[in-house]
This record gives sequence, structure tokens and C-alpha cells, in this order.
Amino acid sequence: MSKFRKDGKKDLPAISTASLPDIVFMLLFFFMVATTMREVDLNVDIMVPAAKEVTKLEKKDLVSNIYVGVPMRKFAKTHGSEPRIQLNDQFSTVEDIQAFIASERESRKEELRNKLTTSLKVDQYTKMGIITDIKQELRKASSLKLNYSTRETAE
Amino acid sequence: MARKTPEINSSSMADIAFLLLIFFLVTTTMDVDTGIYKKLPPIPEEQPDEAPKVKQRNVLSILVNRNNELLVNGEVLSISQLRDKTKEFFLNPTNSQTLPEKALKNVPYFGDVMVSKGLISLQNDRGTRYETYIRVQDELAAASRELKDEKAMQKWGKKYAELNEDEQSAVRKYIPVQISEAEPRNTGGK
Repeated sequence: MSKFRKDGKKDLPAISTASLPDIVFMLLFFFMVATTMREVDLNVDIMVPAAKEVTKLEKKDLVSNIYVGVPMRKFAKTHGSEPRIQLNDQFSTVEDIQAFIASERESRKEELRNKLTTSLKVDQYTKMGIITDIKQELRKASSLKLNYSTRETAE
Repeated sequence: MARKTPEINSSSMADIAFLLLIFFLVTTTMDVDTGIYKKLPPIPEEQPDEAPKVKQRNVLSILVNRNNELLVNGEVLSISQLRDKTKEFFLNPTNSQTLPEKALKNVPYFGDVMVSKGLISLQNDRGTRYETYIRVQDELAAASRELKDEKAMQKWGKKYAELNEDEQSAVRKYIPVQISEAEPRNTGGK
């Protein structure tokens, strides 16, 4: 005549997992909306400098990226340890920039071609020489909208 | 009566959704691109015979050498001093002879005002570090924004960024901050 029920007499009802798909879908949609596709794999190490007076880069589909930095360790043997330019997925030289800009323009709709912005993602320890060369090439390709990619820091 | 269709087992729905979720987590990035926006000058059609004459007092010449040191109008400055120097250069509060001239100009909303003729000339060495260059650009942009905010505050009691398109262009006319970047020189060797 114990007041306590014996264990195992009555099974606990299983926790319903019917709402699990809904939860996961919610997460999925959140990430689909809040993120953008990664376009390229970086072959160079880049730590962009910090700045305060930054603007947000709108319209990511109208931005073409130029990466400059020291090749990652796995490429150090083949590409050295001096800062290199990366366009799309390849190591490139300054001479390739005009062709790169032309192909970027080609892949956009005609009415959007003059709205293209070039974003320079450059490692903070790079010397200005290579950047000046890039700017000169961009001017020659008459791609004049330029964005120096930076991290945002508080005042 | 039609036979009841058996309920579709949806217990694998969660697995499918998880798979999709993980796929999107891996292939996407969340970072927002921020940066300093600049417009490059177009390459001139024909080479001008001589550089346009600008009086020396109207130019704030900023030189950055390969050791990341600043020379502003012949005076060694640290980057943190640059902002105040730039603001003083454009405002010229005492109408000093060594700071830029001002010209009477009609600016919408403000009426006839004295507008500075100042011009910033920035030159860096090929050996200058990119980080230093960005910091200089940042300080100049900050100086320009502070000047514009000041004028906007006086007139509308709002910050420059909160003004509408017309008002912003009026403030820009009042405070024209022009930065001209000279071709770099290889002063210190490689």
C-alpha cells in the first residue's frame, strides 16, 4: 500500500518532435536571408585595416573584388612571400586587371555596367606601390568607383 | 467511401531541413562590406602643358614617407593631429595670411557666404604602408564630416547625414573638401 508508484509502470510520453522541422526551417530561412553566397576562396591572407568613417557597400552584385595580400602558407612555395594580387580564384599581375574589369563589365546587364564599384580588399601591411599600380590600371580601364575595404571601429 | 490515404511520415523532414541549414551555413558569409568610398580621377585626354597654378597658401600638402611619417606643409605631424590641422586649414578662423583665401559665393539655403579655396594634396611613397594611407584618408574624411556636421548643426540643428539630398549638396558647396592625390614618387628607394 505504498503511496509511490513503482517505476516502469507507466511510460513517460515521448516528447513530440513534430515542431522540430518548423524550428529548423525558421533557422534556415533566417540564414538564407541574412547571408550572402561566398564567391571565391581566398588564396591570400588579408586583414583589412580599421577605419571610422566607413560607408556600407550596397548592392553586392555590383561589386567586383580585388584582393591583395601575402599568399597563404600553402602557396608560399609557388608564389613567394611578397604581396600578390588575386582576381577571382587566381593569382594575377597588375596587367590582368584591365581584362578582369572588362570581363566583370561583360557579365553585368548593360544598364548596370557603369554602376560597377571595385572593392579593394588589401592587407594592412601591404606597401602602397602595388596599390598605386592597381589604381592606375583602374583609371585606364575607366572604372573609377573605388572602395577601400576596411573594418569598422568605434571612435 | 474512398480509402483513407495513410499519413506521410514526416519524421525525416527535420533531417532534410538540417541538411539544407548546414549547407547554407557553410557556403555563405555574413559579413557586411564596409569601406571608404573614393572616386578616382579620370585620365586626362591630353596632357595639360603645365599644372594648374594654385597659390601655395591654398594647398595643404600632405606627404607620407616610407617610414609612415607625415609632413604637413613642411611640418612633421602625427596622424592624430591631422584632423584638427585640416579643420583649421578649411575654416581659417582668423583670416590668417598663411591659411587659404576665401571667396564670396552664393550657396542655396545659406545665402552669400565665404567659401574656402583650400585644397588638399596628398602624396605618398611607394613604400608607405597601406594601413597608414587608410588612416590618413580616414582622418581627412573625419575632418570633412565634422566641418559639415558643424554647418548643418548651425543651420538645421541636425547632423549632415540626416539632411535631405538638397541640403546635403548645399553643405557640400559650402565646405568643398577636395583631395587631390599626386602620383607617388619613389623617394626613399625600394
